Amino acid sequence: MKRQFKSPIVLLGSRLLSPYIMVFGWYVIIHGHYSPGGGFQGGALLAASILLIRVAGGKQIAKLQIQEFATTPLAIIGVLIYFLTGLVAMFTGGYFLDYGQLPIPGMDPAYLRYTGILIIEIGIGLAVMAILVMIYDNLVRGEDYG
Amino acid sequence: MKLLKILTLVLFAAILIYAASGLPYRGDPDNRMHREESITGTPVIGNYFIQNAYRDAVTPNMVTVVLGDYRSVDTFGEQIVIFTAGLITLLILRRTKRREV
Repeated sequence: MKRQFKSPIVLLGSRLLSPYIMVFGWYVIIHGHYSPGGGFQGGALLAASILLIRVAGGKQIAKLQIQEFATTPLAIIGVLIYFLTGLVAMFTGGYFLDYGQLPIPGMDPAYLRYTGILIIEIGIGLAVMAILVMIYDNLVRGEDYG
Repeated sequence: MKLLKILTLVLFAAILIYAASGLPYRGDPDNRMHREESITGTPVIGNYFIQNAYRDAVTPNMVTVVLGDYRSVDTFGEQIVIFTAGLITLLILRRTKRREV
């Protein structure tokens, strides 16, 4: 990234592509109960949509999206969603990560497991997205980019 | 020496092809790993997953149930591994304001 140049065509193309990739990433995470997919794959797609803007636009435009200081807390939130789901299930009388014991009223244990899997998939997706963006930011920081 | 290398490679290829000819067919319900009892008489865990995955968590995708429910502690470990990798890049690559003396 020593030579910098501004190309409006590349920026426009990535601005066109990025929202669709992001929507598809959320689809892969949430529809993972019925089709191939899940947290890891969807998180990688979300990270791709963010990194596309970062690569094409540089630092000034990347500030408008997820900023650098926000990636580490997002990763921690993603891990905590997973961990606290397991911990809540443990405190209400089950084993660690036993979703059948989650305290949501009016649900069968089978549907509670369905919901628990959905919650942890969202946590995995958030963590994977934030960590991939964090690795890119840390790698690029030494270079004069932007 | 070159001939010996080629002979070794051909020999290994022949062994692998011979071994692969004894593999079970994909998706055959009479395979050994799909039976309820293994050779030693213990119950097979994969059979339990296939029979009860939809009943335990009403999810048609069996892989998601195995990954998110039955083996959720393993998935938690995977997430911790990725998280640690990110933290290590943060610790090594991020520049701090502290100067070396």
